[in-house]
Amino acid sequence: MAADYLEWLRREGRIVIVGASLAGLRAAETLRAEGFAGELTLIGDEPYEPYDRPPLSKSVLLGMASPHHTELPHRWEIDAKWRLGVAASGLDLTAKRVRLADGDEVEYDRLLIATGVRARPWPKEDEARLDGVCLLRTREDAADLYRRLKAGPRRVFVIGAGFAGSEVASACREMGIPVTVAERAGAPLVGALGGVVGAVAADLATENGVDLRTHVTVTSLEGDPVGRVRAVHLSDESVVEADVVVVSLGSLRNTDWLAGSGLGAGPRGIACDAGCRAFDFRGIVTDDVFVAGDVARSPHALFGYQFLSLEHWGNAVAQAETAAHNMICHGADRRPHLWMPAFWSSMFGVNIKSVGVPPMGEQLMITQGSLAERRFVGVYGYQGRIVAAVTFDNTRWLEFYQRQIEQGAPFPVEHPTVDRRPEGRQPVPADFPDPSLPTHGPMVTLSGYSPAEQQLVFHPARH
Amino acid sequence: MRLVVDLNKCQGYAQCAFLAPDVFAMHGEESLIYNPRADEEQRERLARAVAACPVQAITADGLDGAADPADGAADGASREASDGR
Repeated sequence: MAADYLEWLRREGRIVIVGASLAGLRAAETLRAEGFAGELTLIGDEPYEPYDRPPLSKSVLLGMASPHHTELPHRWEIDAKWRLGVAASGLDLTAKRVRLADGDEVEYDRLLIATGVRARPWPKEDEARLDGVCLLRTREDAADLYRRLKAGPRRVFVIGAGFAGSEVASACREMGIPVTVAERAGAPLVGALGGVVGAVAADLATENGVDLRTHVTVTSLEGDPVGRVRAVHLSDESVVEADVVVVSLGSLRNTDWLAGSGLGAGPRGIACDAGCRAFDFRGIVTDDVFVAGDVARSPHALFGYQFLSLEHWGNAVAQAETAAHNMICHGADRRPHLWMPAFWSSMFGVNIKSVGVPPMGEQLMITQGSLAERRFVGVYGYQGRIVAAVTFDNTRWLEFYQRQIEQGAPFPVEHPTVDRRPEGRQPVPADFPDPSLPTHGPMVTLSGYSPAEQQLVFHPARH
Repeated sequence: MRLVVDLNKCQGYAQCAFLAPDVFAMHGEESLIYNPRADEEQRERLARAVAACPVQAITADGLDGAADPADGAADGASREASDGR
């Protein structure tokens, strides 16, 4: 019976993908590549075909690429119906229908949700509307920000020193624009990489001329009489004049449209099993709804079966491919999504890459190179195991550490390494902020019940 | 022609930056920046860069035929996979 259904589904079923960005596109390509011959519909709220976002804060701001031309290459003919420029507004699990913002409805036999995240806006709406207050997530955001930077602002103010904010600050300095960065934590990148590595990022920023203000928050944005932003007020009572303000406070998961649908969806994403099948709100796995990309949270065997929610480019690709494969496969042929978390960033000419889950680490060892030289490998340990590694301008070693994580290699690291320095031999606290304090920083959020411990291990209060 | 580089794979060997300097550039010692939309006149250089990448990190479409599917309509996907292999 089930076999018949799958054969029918592959031949003439209807698959709907909500979210027409990286994950949606790669899932569509995989479906076709693996022989899905039925009707495929992609729904996207932006009026553009799938485009790549990482260049928007890098080559676009550096003037090497157009914000309007980062569309992703297609690896496979996908022969899809595109519903672009219209958001999904609701889901009826029983009738198997997606409601669209224009009132239309699309029926599916199997559904993939890949709605991703959006930039967290400045919370005070009247201030957020001031001319010159920018976000950076979409290609329109990038075009707007690039235009403002080219116009030669007197000063740019970046709220939040995560990766995106730091990349913007780096681009500003490269263009010779004065820039101030405000960060609630003690250094940039602390949510993602901890305080020890964050201190290196802080030095990099200040040496490149960034006016970095840490342990402060922005209390208000001040506009002039015609509605342009002109100054930023900080919690230490200082005031910084700026005519461009970039709000870089992390992101919000696009799950609002699923409210009341019965899916296990909320501010921390949509929970799914390792095979990318969504859970309903009772914690029971659904048969016909799959999830992939930034919006998904799924358990990872390598990290204590904790539910990982990863806003990583590579995760969107890998999870989309797994979800698509599983959507048109029998149970026994399904694959788990066991992708090794990995990301990259570059700022001030330094390449930063990571594998594993750094915020899980309690301790850090610098196994190669040195923090002072900004060229090093840092290894994160948790309960006697290596759980993550980060490199600054040392990317070629990362693959070795990835294998170490996969093998559950012991921490502290005992193997001899090339370019080992005396100062890195002792593990030090990795110095992540208290997860119970509000932060916008982490790109990885961990939560969920470990079968071994039956307790919530790490619960960042992001909302 | 559209292209994308998997920067998780990229290890900064800079072969692409030597072979197609108008499309790829090193930014610092090992980070790569690139233009995701290469001009038509870059076709041959881009093809060489795709082939030369030691870690096969570059995916481009429109390299294998005359027509550039990137200039088609929203549903104009490329005719076949081309990831440099």
